[in-house]
Amino acid sequence: MQRVEIMKIYDVTLRDGSHAVDHKITSDQICKYCKHVDLTGVDYVEVGHGIGIGASSLLIGRGALTDIEMLRIARRHLHRAKLSIHIVPGYGTIDDIAEALEAGVDSVRVASHCTEADITKKHIKYLSNRNVEVFGGLMMIHLATDEQLLDQCKRMKDYGVKCITLLDSAGNFTPARVTKLVKFLRENAKIEIGFHAHDNLGLSIGNSLAAIAGGATMLDASINGFGAGAGNASLENLAAAMELECASNELKLPSVLDLATIGQQLFASDSVKNTNDIISGLAGVVSVFAKPVTAAARQYQVDPKEIYFELGRLKAIAGQEDLIIEVAQRISRNTKHKK
Amino acid sequence: MKMSKLNVGVIGSGNIGSDLLVKITRSQHLECKIFCGRNLESPGMQFAQQKEVNVSDRSIDALIEQTDLDIIFDATSAETHFENLSKLESTGALIIDMTPAKTGFLCVPDINLEEAVKERNVNMITCGGQASVPIALAICKGLQDLPKYIETISTIASLSAGTGTRDSLDEYIKTTQLALKKFSGVKNTKALINLNPATPPINMSTTVMVETEETHLTQVTIEVQKCVDRLQRYIPGIHIKVHPVYDDRRSAVVTTIGVTGMGDYLPSYAGNLDIINCAGIMVAESYAKSRNNEDI
Repeated sequence: MQRVEIMKIYDVTLRDGSHAVDHKITSDQICKYCKHVDLTGVDYVEVGHGIGIGASSLLIGRGALTDIEMLRIARRHLHRAKLSIHIVPGYGTIDDIAEALEAGVDSVRVASHCTEADITKKHIKYLSNRNVEVFGGLMMIHLATDEQLLDQCKRMKDYGVKCITLLDSAGNFTPARVTKLVKFLRENAKIEIGFHAHDNLGLSIGNSLAAIAGGATMLDASINGFGAGAGNASLENLAAAMELECASNELKLPSVLDLATIGQQLFASDSVKNTNDIISGLAGVVSVFAKPVTAAARQYQVDPKEIYFELGRLKAIAGQEDLIIEVAQRISRNTKHKK
Repeated sequence: MKMSKLNVGVIGSGNIGSDLLVKITRSQHLECKIFCGRNLESPGMQFAQQKEVNVSDRSIDALIEQTDLDIIFDATSAETHFENLSKLESTGALIIDMTPAKTGFLCVPDINLEEAVKERNVNMITCGGQASVPIALAICKGLQDLPKYIETISTIASLSAGTGTRDSLDEYIKTTQLALKKFSGVKNTKALINLNPATPPINMSTTVMVETEETHLTQVTIEVQKCVDRLQRYIPGIHIKVHPVYDDRRSAVVTTIGVTGMGDYLPSYAGNLDIINCAGIMVAESYAKSRNNEDI
C-alpha cells in the first residue's frame, strides 16, 4: 500500500508577493496576514525580500522594511505556523542568516539557480550544524534536464537538506512534465520534493496537483496567488482542489477562504494578469522580471514581448535585471535603424 | 641591462591558478618555479604538467619548501588562505592574494599600484571588484556631489567559477562591498553576484549603479570612457556594454562593463579570470621592475 503523505503547505505570500508591490510590503500587512494565516493550518510562512534575505537592492528593488524588521513583526503573530526565510547565496550571506535566526526564524530555504547547487553548501551546512530545519530550493527548473536536476538534488541532500523544492520560476512547466520530474527525483535522489508554481499559463494549481501525483510532500502557495509576474498557486484554490482530490493536509478550508477575502483587502495590487505574462512563461523568463521589463519597455519605447523573447533566448536568470536595460537599448537601436 | 626574472610560486590549481600560470609564463619579468595543488589528476595540474612546469600535489607544504620564491600567488579559496596565512608570511615572499580573504592591502592597479608594490601582502579583492571599483570612482568623479550609495552586480559563466569561487561567495560580497566603500568614500555599498550556466557560456558582465539625483551625465560619460581606456592597458578585453544612463525607476546612474577574456586557460567567456589575473600580474611585474631598479 502506498504511504499517505501529509502534504506540507509553504506560504510564500510575504516573500514572493513582495515582487508584486515593488517590495513595499508594510508592517500592517505582515501583522494582519500572519494573525490570520496562523489559523489556517499552513505549515510554513516565508517572510522577507522577494529574492530572499539580503537581496534588497537597487537592482531588484528596495524593501520598505528590512528583512529583520519584517521577520520580527511576523514572529510576534505566528504561533502554530513556522517562520521561514528564503536565501540565495550571492545575495544573502551567512551573517544575514545568523541575524534572521536571532530574530526568531524556525526554518530556512537555501536556494540557487537550478544547476548551481554547490553554492548553497556552506549555508546549508551552517544551518544543519546548528540543527536548524533547512530546505533546498532549485530555481528556474525549466532550464535544466531531469538528469542535471537529479545530480543537483543529490548534492543538496549531501549538504543536509530534508526536502528540496523545485521552483518553476518562469511558469513554464505543464502537468505531465511535473509529475514525471517529481517522480523521477523522488525515486532516484530518495529525498522529499516540494513544488513552487507560477501561473503564467494558468497551470499553477494543475501543476501543484501534478506534483502531488508524482509524490511531492510540500507545496508552495500564496493567498490570491499574490506573487511575482502572473503570481503563484493561490492558496484558496489549492486548498479546495486538494479537498476534492482527498490529498491529506492540515489546511482548514473555511479559514483559508476567510484569509482569501482578507488577502484581497490587504494586498490589492495593480498586477492584473495580461498577455505579457503568457509570453514571459512561454519564453521561459523568470517571473520577477515582469515589472522591470514593463519599465524598460516604456523607457526605451519598445515592445515588451520582444524583450521577453530576447531574454529567454539569452537564458537570463533571476538577478540579471541589469541585462533588461541592455536588451531594451539594443532592440530600440535596431528598431530605429530599420526605420 | 637585461632584467632578471623573479621567482614565482602559485598555490591553487583551479581556474584562477591555471590562467595565472599562462600569464606568468608569458611574462618577461616572472618565472614560475612551482605550481601547487592537491591532486595531480585535476585539470589544472594536468595543464601545468603539459607545460612542463614544476608541480606538486603537496599544496602549502611544497610551496614553503621552495625557499627561493620572490612572489607567491594565492589562488586557493578565502578559507584556505586564512588557514595558510602564517605559513605564507613565513616565506618572506610578496604575497599576491587572489582570494577575497582581504588579509592584505586592497589593490586596484588603476588606483594604487605604486603603494601596493611596497606592501608584503596584497589582496586583489574580487573579479567584480576589479571591474566595479574603478568604474564607480569614475562615475563619482563625473558627479557634482558624493553619492550616498553604490551597488554592483556581476554575472559570470558557471563554467568559469571553480570550487574556490563557489565556496567564497560570502567573502566575495563582503570584500567587494568593502573595496567599493574604501576607495569611493561612499558609506553604503552593496555587491551581488550571479552564476549563469547558459550555453554557449556568457561573457563576464559587471553593472555599477550609483544612486544620485543628478541626471546630467555628460561628465560621467567622459570619465567612464577615460577609465575604461586606462583599464584596457592591462585588461585588453574590457569594454563598455551600456554607456552611463539615468534610470528613473531606480534614481541611479547605471552602466555595464563587459570583459572578454584572452582565452589563456578557459575560452574567452571567462573574462572574470582575466580581469583579476591581469591585475595580479600587473602588481607582480611592477614589483619586479621596482626590485630591478633598486638592484641597479
